[in-house]
Amino acid sequence: MMRTATTWWAVVLLLLSALSLASSLGAGSQGWEWPWQMQAVGDAVQAQIMWDIRLPRSLGAWLAGALLGLSGAVAQGLFRNPLADPYLLGSASGASLGVSAYMGAWGGSLTATGLATRFGMTGAAFAGAVLAVLLTLILARGVHQTLRLLLAGVVVGVVLGAVTSLATLLHPEALLAMQGFLLGSTAFVGWSASATMALALLLCMVLALVMARVLDALALGESTARSLGMPLGTARVVLIAVLSLATGAAVAQTGLIAFVGLAAPHAVRSRVHITHAGLLFLSALMGGLLLLAADLLARSAVPAQELPVGVFTSVLGGVYLLWRMRVTHHGKHS
Amino acid sequence: MSSSQLLAIQAKDLCVSLGGREVLHRMNLEVSAGQWTCVVGPNGAGKSTLLKALAGLISAQGQVHWLGVDVRQIERRERARQLSWLGQGEVAMLDLRVCDAVMLGRLPHQDWLAAPRAHDHAMVQAALEATQAWAWRDRTLGELSGGERQRVLLARAMAGNAALMLMDEPLANLDPPHQVDWLEQVHCLRAQGTTVVSVLHEIGMALHADRIVVMQSGRVVHAGAASDAQTHHAIELVFNERVRIVPLQGQWVVLPNMQGNRA
Repeated sequence: MMRTATTWWAVVLLLLSALSLASSLGAGSQGWEWPWQMQAVGDAVQAQIMWDIRLPRSLGAWLAGALLGLSGAVAQGLFRNPLADPYLLGSASGASLGVSAYMGAWGGSLTATGLATRFGMTGAAFAGAVLAVLLTLILARGVHQTLRLLLAGVVVGVVLGAVTSLATLLHPEALLAMQGFLLGSTAFVGWSASATMALALLLCMVLALVMARVLDALALGESTARSLGMPLGTARVVLIAVLSLATGAAVAQTGLIAFVGLAAPHAVRSRVHITHAGLLFLSALMGGLLLLAADLLARSAVPAQELPVGVFTSVLGGVYLLWRMRVTHHGKHS
Repeated sequence: MSSSQLLAIQAKDLCVSLGGREVLHRMNLEVSAGQWTCVVGPNGAGKSTLLKALAGLISAQGQVHWLGVDVRQIERRERARQLSWLGQGEVAMLDLRVCDAVMLGRLPHQDWLAAPRAHDHAMVQAALEATQAWAWRDRTLGELSGGERQRVLLARAMAGNAALMLMDEPLANLDPPHQVDWLEQVHCLRAQGTTVVSVLHEIGMALHADRIVVMQSGRVVHAGAASDAQTHHAIELVFNERVRIVPLQGQWVVLPNMQGNRA
């Protein structure tokens, strides 16, 4: 029965994503129009705009959202904390530091299209994210104390953010690129970036699904999970790697986009009660849909102008979580 | 205890330190197979730590044997099939559905990525029916009261069908009728040959066990039959004689003793 619910929601989320994707193809600098209504320029140019700019960008927005949604669901399950997300554990700040270090050392930029550069930036983001999460875990002395964990995550996030800002100041030529990066934007995502994210998503999803049962068992507490014969040590290493790679891959292509990783699993949980296999899968689809929809809004809300999608998700995500808090508070029976 | 009786759990020179402080001091303990053993003692006596150490859930010095085999030599999943654990206050994610939570008890019997089989579903249903929780199978843990959730978690522990079952304060949040239900379930488990070890604060319930282990300050001060006068005396002593155990209509009951020494 629950498998049916998961399938049903997957179909709905995919359909909505496809609809958003189709709509986003018409979102251009002149406001929004259906693709077939575009007549101002020649066919070849139109085709190029559609296939080389808008499609990879929208696909990239969906993929980045899916990566963030997946990494949020993994973080919440692994740390048994509904507030855990890629940002609160410092992994996003670590990833952005990794990217800026890469840019400083090898001169890549957000607009780079070479697959090698994309892989390099993703690798740097992954390394930065892993280091940041490990630093958070060391400072928090493990995952047992939620408050310590979240505080350590905030400290690591702030400190690494400051180091990133400093690095940017020392390399003024990278300032503009880093600015767009820190605000979070899908504007620079091309085919190579999309391909990188697709590969990362596939890998992360497979690994996360293999470990889904450990996350289920952890929901009943660490001792119970251990007593059920779960390989907790291995699972932690794999899941922290998944969390870091998913966050790193998204951050390396689109910069810092807040709240998707936190809101997507919450949105799924508020609708269906399923085990982690379904939850991880649906959180990715939900994250993809959320970021694609936010990107569409950011591109078409103000005609001839584009708002950074990161600003948009921050505002929308914040409002959504406040609303969820209210609903949960009122809905709670004593 | 006769030496011919099979030992389900045996601890030798067991020492456990938590946060740099030794909580259990060179403990020795024997639990007979097919019996219900209760661990009692004041707060901070090390009861829960002992139970975790016996379950192999925390690192300890010394030896723990299950059915004569050193726990460290038993493979992780085989351990999970042999021993079922019911902890206290551990649930972290309350949006898990009841049937999914109880199915987790079948994990040690399932292949890593395989879906639950008909037998697993049957075991889950039987366990939920035994704890009268079947009606809530589609609810989430968060939608249940503390006592209802405790019955679901007991069903989860029973679904594994393990030969050894360790429970840490399983009566927490249960109202009196459901405490009696729990008692019946334990008798039922014992009748099926399951060895049950439980930490209980409810001395009156503990007196229904076969054997009682009395603990104080990280040591076993007495272990004996639950009906034995010496056991009763040991319990009264570790609780500073603030309780008295008296016979009533063929059962032992615990009464508060206002004249006892304050700790």
